[in-house]
Amino acid sequence: MNNLVIGGREFSSRLFVGTGKFRSNELMEQAIKASGTEMVTVAMKRIDMDNRDDDMLRHIMHDNMQLLPNTSGARNAAEAVLAAQLAREAFGTNFLKLEIHPDPKYLLPDPVETLKATEELARMGFIVLPYIQADPVLCKRLEDAGAATVMPLAAPIGSNKGLVTRELLKIIIGQSRVPVVVDAGLGAPSHAAEAMELGADAVLVNTAIAVAGDPVRMARAFADATRAGREAFEAGLGAVGDYAVASSPLTSFLD
Amino acid sequence: MFSEYLKTHYDWETTTAEIMSMTSADVERALAKEHLDDRDFMALISPAAAPYIEIMARRSKAITERRFGKTVSIFIPMYITNSCTNSCVYCGFNRHNRFDRVVLTPQQIEEECKAIKRMGPFENLLIVTGENPAVAGTDYIERALQVCRPYFSNLTIEVMPLPTEDYSRLTRSGLNGVICFQETYNHERYKVYHPAGMKSRFDWRCDGFDRMGMAGVHKIGMGVLIGLEDWRTDVTMMARHLMYLRKRYWQTRYSVNFPRMRPSESGFQPNVVMSDRELAQLTFAFRIFDPDVDISYSTRENHTFRNNMATLGVTTMSAGSKTDPGGYATYPDALEQFAISDPTSPAQVAADLKALGREPVWKDWDRVFD
Repeated sequence: MNNLVIGGREFSSRLFVGTGKFRSNELMEQAIKASGTEMVTVAMKRIDMDNRDDDMLRHIMHDNMQLLPNTSGARNAAEAVLAAQLAREAFGTNFLKLEIHPDPKYLLPDPVETLKATEELARMGFIVLPYIQADPVLCKRLEDAGAATVMPLAAPIGSNKGLVTRELLKIIIGQSRVPVVVDAGLGAPSHAAEAMELGADAVLVNTAIAVAGDPVRMARAFADATRAGREAFEAGLGAVGDYAVASSPLTSFLD
Repeated sequence: MFSEYLKTHYDWETTTAEIMSMTSADVERALAKEHLDDRDFMALISPAAAPYIEIMARRSKAITERRFGKTVSIFIPMYITNSCTNSCVYCGFNRHNRFDRVVLTPQQIEEECKAIKRMGPFENLLIVTGENPAVAGTDYIERALQVCRPYFSNLTIEVMPLPTEDYSRLTRSGLNGVICFQETYNHERYKVYHPAGMKSRFDWRCDGFDRMGMAGVHKIGMGVLIGLEDWRTDVTMMARHLMYLRKRYWQTRYSVNFPRMRPSESGFQPNVVMSDRELAQLTFAFRIFDPDVDISYSTRENHTFRNNMATLGVTTMSAGSKTDPGGYATYPDALEQFAISDPTSPAQVAADLKALGREPVWKDWDRVFD
């Protein structure tokens, strides 16, 4: 399996994991380990910036782990840029998951503010991974603005509905020149496998692992599914359908 | 820029070998996919896909109708100068060919416009020049665009590759599209065919497409000349170049051309001959590979073949073409760039398309978008 490169850093695991919603920080830590992930998101708002020994952070940080602070909570570009600067200061990384959702119910991302913030943050040297709608034009605009990846949603966050935006994701994957990370809505390992088979570069999973009966085993299942899906994509999936034809009415003029 | 990308990503020999090693399983896999990559394209143009031509035709027809409807867009070329400092071995405009060179004046260009409008309701004009910046540089081209502007709603040029600033400037003067043929992507052999003049610089030509993209040209036309090098490898490189451009200059529209070489006054005979069946296979493959790309046939192709292909994947055609400067009004007998195989009148081209159940589209652009 090829390695994934984002912001100059190589990742051998294509599963990124979110850290919200776990029953305990201990369980979260075990799940992260079981997932084999090398990138975890953490909401900047969840961390006590003044406390170096913040409990949550202590359970996340391990060797070779890339921390991906997110701006969850920000409702517009200005708030997100401010949160990003604080996160960079606190976590010492330029990686940033840009999340701007003014809507508290479905937590759907605001495309206009996200584009604005991406332009500004990219100029400030951030490695910006914006969370967005599965909108192919927006993805190209973000790419032009300097985003390091695009992170289109599969379904509303936390919904576990799977690849509701499948047709749009195919277009996005087909035309992107930055890695495409399918984020939000993946409820089962089969969803992750399907996203990878379509050619996504990585998936980000949180709720489906955190709220599973056994988050550790579920994390392992997502890791296997993600790897299998990618492997299948790289191997080249077989043909579906039957192509037998008897006559050649359209091309008889070539005879 | 693409010349660098080409060097670091693709090798000519490896690509040729890969195409020739394609199997029916590769072809079937490609035909089952919705979004094809360059490997799938290679399978579809490979000899292994020859038995699948009917399936490819059906698929190509369906995709074309879904995306373009039952229409074919019509354009006409206007050659405004045959003055050229290049010595391309296959071209009638080669600087070593001795004949009187013509550079049309603005008044003559206007007469050509009027003559074309008398021939048919043309709105898409392709302005073509030889490559001689001293007598027909950017200023001259800009003047020509200004003269033609009132007569046509869409202006495309096929001229020497220009710097980015010049493309931007011409776009501001009403230019819509730029066509430029790389001719061949074989870097080593390129020099054999283009030994002198600006055109001998492979990278400058190849990177012209990036410059067009950066300048915001609305539509970019690409092409390889079939008859120089292995056509399968050449069109694969062009398909890759198209993928590269689409990802970067995503607001631009693209067209592809694969003219088969015809005899010219220089006496150059094609190294490779492509059959009608192979050209059809290539056309279907390109359509299946890229549902949105405009596929253009010129009057180099004969009437019957063009008509048959017009319902199966081709979306743009020229009609009534003269390939000599001033050929419509000023000098009806000057020397041609290449021999034309389909001398059918524009009215007849339109009538033929109608009979095939295709609407000839003369106008599909408006100045308001410039």
